[in-house]
Amino acid sequence: MRRTAWIAGCALALSIVGTVGFASAQAQTTLRMMWYSDGNEGEVMNDLLRRFEDKNKDIKVVLDQVPFKAINETLPVQLASGQGPDLARVTDMGGLAPYLLDLRPHLKDAAYWEQNYGPFLEWMRVPGNTTAIPGYMTQLTVTGPFVNKTLFEQAGVAMPGANATWDDWAKAAKAVADKVQAPFPVAFDRSGHRFFGLAVSQGAKMAEVNGEPQAVDEGFKRAAQLIVDWHKSGVMSKELWGSVSGTAYRGANEEFKNAQVVLYESGSWQTAQFDKTIGDAFDWIAVPTPCGPANCSAMPGGAALVALKTSTHPAEVARLLDYLASEEVAGEFYARTLFVPGHIGLAKKGITYTSASPQAAAALKVFGDAVGKLDPVAYHIQGDPNSRIVFNAAISRLGQVVVNETTLDEAYKRITADVAQQIAERKKKQ
Amino acid sequence: MTGGLLRLLTLRRGGRGWHWTDVASYAYLAVGVLLMFGPVLWLVLSSFKTPSALLEFPPSLLPMAQAEVRVEGYPQPLPLFTVTMEDGSVRELAQVRRIGIAAQMVDPKEPAKTIRVPVDRRTPVRHLAFAVGNYTDPLTQFDFLRYLRNSLVVTVVATLITLLINSMAAYALSVYEFRGKSVAMLGVIGTLMIPITIILAPVYLVVTKLGFVDSLWAVILPGAATPTGVFLLRQYMLTIPRDLIEAARMDKASEWRIYARIVMPLSLPALAVLAIFSVMWRWNDFLWPLAVLTKTEVHTLPIALNAFQGELQTQWHYLLAMTVVTLLPVALVFAFLQRFITSGIANTGMK
Amino acid sequence: MTDMMRLPEAAARRPAGLVAGGAQALMRLTDPPMRALQRLIGAARMPYVFLLPNLVFFGLFVFLPIAINIVFSMTGGTALYPAERPYVGAEQYARLLDCGSYLDPGSCQEDLFWRGVGNTLTFTVFQMVAMVLFSLGTALVLNRPIRARGFFRAVYFFPVLLSPVVVALIWKWILQRDGLLNAALTMAGGQKILFFVDPGWAMFWSVFVSVWAHMGFYTLILLAGLQAIPRDVYEAAEMDGTRPWRVFHRITLPLLWPNLLVVLVLVLIRSVQVFDEVFVLTGGGPGTATVMIVQYIYTTAFANQVQNFGLAGAASVLLGAVLFVLTMVQLFLTRRRSS
Repeated sequence: MRRTAWIAGCALALSIVGTVGFASAQAQTTLRMMWYSDGNEGEVMNDLLRRFEDKNKDIKVVLDQVPFKAINETLPVQLASGQGPDLARVTDMGGLAPYLLDLRPHLKDAAYWEQNYGPFLEWMRVPGNTTAIPGYMTQLTVTGPFVNKTLFEQAGVAMPGANATWDDWAKAAKAVADKVQAPFPVAFDRSGHRFFGLAVSQGAKMAEVNGEPQAVDEGFKRAAQLIVDWHKSGVMSKELWGSVSGTAYRGANEEFKNAQVVLYESGSWQTAQFDKTIGDAFDWIAVPTPCGPANCSAMPGGAALVALKTSTHPAEVARLLDYLASEEVAGEFYARTLFVPGHIGLAKKGITYTSASPQAAAALKVFGDAVGKLDPVAYHIQGDPNSRIVFNAAISRLGQVVVNETTLDEAYKRITADVAQQIAERKKKQ
Repeated sequence: MTGGLLRLLTLRRGGRGWHWTDVASYAYLAVGVLLMFGPVLWLVLSSFKTPSALLEFPPSLLPMAQAEVRVEGYPQPLPLFTVTMEDGSVRELAQVRRIGIAAQMVDPKEPAKTIRVPVDRRTPVRHLAFAVGNYTDPLTQFDFLRYLRNSLVVTVVATLITLLINSMAAYALSVYEFRGKSVAMLGVIGTLMIPITIILAPVYLVVTKLGFVDSLWAVILPGAATPTGVFLLRQYMLTIPRDLIEAARMDKASEWRIYARIVMPLSLPALAVLAIFSVMWRWNDFLWPLAVLTKTEVHTLPIALNAFQGELQTQWHYLLAMTVVTLLPVALVFAFLQRFITSGIANTGMK
Repeated sequence: MTDMMRLPEAAARRPAGLVAGGAQALMRLTDPPMRALQRLIGAARMPYVFLLPNLVFFGLFVFLPIAINIVFSMTGGTALYPAERPYVGAEQYARLLDCGSYLDPGSCQEDLFWRGVGNTLTFTVFQMVAMVLFSLGTALVLNRPIRARGFFRAVYFFPVLLSPVVVALIWKWILQRDGLLNAALTMAGGQKILFFVDPGWAMFWSVFVSVWAHMGFYTLILLAGLQAIPRDVYEAAEMDGTRPWRVFHRITLPLLWPNLLVVLVLVLIRSVQVFDEVFVLTGGGPGTATVMIVQYIYTTAFANQVQNFGLAGAASVLLGAVLFVLTMVQLFLTRRRSS
């Protein structure tokens, strides 16, 4: 009795030690890919990786699925301390650019990459660098409005036409909302990126002076004023921009699915989710981004799968990315995840989203077309390595204005100061 | 009236019969039960709802799904609605399709004839249905057992280490007089209330330098020596009669033996309390493991389950279901040990 | 009810026995080397041996990080290794403390820090009052001759075991626009209330949820105190015909005071470091109405695009100093009580 207890005890201890000090001897190379998911993209990527492994018996790829918080908040700390995976799916490409690995020497056909991912590669490079190829876009996103068409029909209000302005849409949405008692005539994601979707059309430029972005310009102010006015007049509800603090993201996707939003300014990534959950409840469409005095441009964005300097297997990483970024594989990935392709060739050909309903396919078409109509300024803003700093400062201060904690003028000063201070901190080196 | 209220404040053993203060007490407790259990019950019920049912307003108490019928001539099952007709009569119709604000409907009994109905005149026919998929999908899609095992290993090993080293320190600080004791006490008490959140980055640095990143030790070790634990155990050990220890010394027992055979058994209630708190802390720990565990094979349950929170979307139906899953072990432990826990805390008195 | 509770306990005794058996085996294994060690260094040095493992852990994972944090607070930049960070002196502290008026966060350079300080103060005051009132009330009720006391005690205690994130998630689900509470309100003929858009409501629910989650713990401490009051004291008072209010005021309160003090101080310290619960519940909003000081520190160090460990370090050193003083006050008060 006692002996069996001992043996059991030892076995338990051994297994614990074994688990804790996880180590395994493998002849093949193991690559670690840190990945977050908004929808089914983790599953799809896993599929593709298994297929890659079948063709490359010497490489094993482990997909480490983590919450977005890990990518956004702890990955930078890990990289700063010299730790990190081989690859990661990231959104702050500019901010992480110093940690990204240039795969150019290892890639089979760098020209293919230039040709199809060229404009987006610039987002992943440190300022001044024009050649690095650190990864590819798993997803290109474009901002744009979703409209609840059924609410318009119920209210008997005509939808603004093709080149309608933001004002036209705000008025129409308010009219519809008043008739059908929807609490959100217009909803914007609480995100600096979405705010700039509006600001670019109002003429915001985010010009660089001495390498520092000038966030608050005339266009920016026009957009900020619009947002504040819309909150005052009830076109927008305080619930989104007012309810949380700082840089916290807050979407209105659930409110939209519940038919409480007339026009929802968000982006292409919502399509798959709306397709799945709205079902037959009402008709929804994506419409081209409304116009402002400057243009009718949306904001691009997205997530990239990038190689990291912490990797000790650059050649294997390059082989993996060559496979994943190839037209055929990337095309399958975009099609199955209902993502807008971040691949020029595929974008030109157009992706056939076989798993999408007609509604979703139509929406994706609208977003795909919007890519072609992006203003150069929008590309510049997205690509600026300091853009996230500006986005964050803008959203946290405008959030305070919306709930009357501060005034617009005060907020402009704070945004400028916040941006300057953070850039100064980033520049402090020994 | 006020006398009655004051009886409520002072009574220790009630009088005979039902005084209104008894009624008030039970009413208070009943409200308490509702307020304490209600929210958790609501979470459990919600976790069985489909994504679209989760968004409904007003929310239904129980998880519901729309009824469907098979109608001759249609390949797919059709959703069933109660429809108030123009003439005020109420019928049950199946919907073929919806175009804008009008719905094309069909009576399952007369499949040949379609009827146009404005959408606001129909309400779905629903029945009770549990969306078990919220549980089964993530549990099969992920290597649930591995995460469970990691969480268990972390919880068990960390709790054992915590109990051992904290009780040793508490023993030293309660039984002996030695040089530097007051400094050690100050160190313990001074750091009693430093939350790990504010020293996260430096601790990360230390753990990296020690080479623990991506091993479970990175999660187990940093929180093992808790000032709270030392403090709690020491306060309890102070109440152990000195005579017992002196008598053991007379019997030539070693100091270690006194610790292990006399002081430890006598401190069981306090050890139990610390064990429970340690288990809770470790089981629920999220922020720190997220920082140091990046590889799938060392992920603990809270990290794995939070993978349902993306940048832009939270898959609520999974998140709620998985929250219930992580709650279960704690609920079970509590159901079995609640007497030990509650009386343990009361007895240690947190002096 | 009571019998049902007893059954699991019997079952629980078996694993407890197993643990004890394991401990004995461990004892047999560890006693000889420890005995030899004691012979070697002498019994007088043994306390250091007992203290050593804990001190090593403390040193590595508490004291060293605090020291690194102090270094962070005097350096700048975004590097993580202290050696790579340029020295900036007291710049970070000066930045934090630079205010036109300390009563108006808007006039401060780091306005969010001061908003955090203000919110944490408000939270702490309301939380202390509410926590003491409710846990004392519940303890008094539970101290009455009621049926199934163990059950009710457990009911109030069990939220203590839930993780802060889960607690906040549960309540968020209930309080949101289309949540259970608003459904109840509209059913009762009222209007929906957007709790998280109104600063007052957001603070109210932050306090409420914290009290909900933790009052069970404090109730137990107070209940233990109440039950320790000898019954004959009350009986004597009853025979003298003392008015109930006087009994409460003159007997219960003074005898319960030590426990009440423990509760007060613990609540105070926990309130000052509140973070996850409120953060998951309100996200610090609306505006910055429920941004707490620990959230400010966390955001500055991690959530911002430029991870400013220096400023966060300075803020955490200031917070640490305040916590240290509060803990010392607790120690002083408890010492005075026991003497």
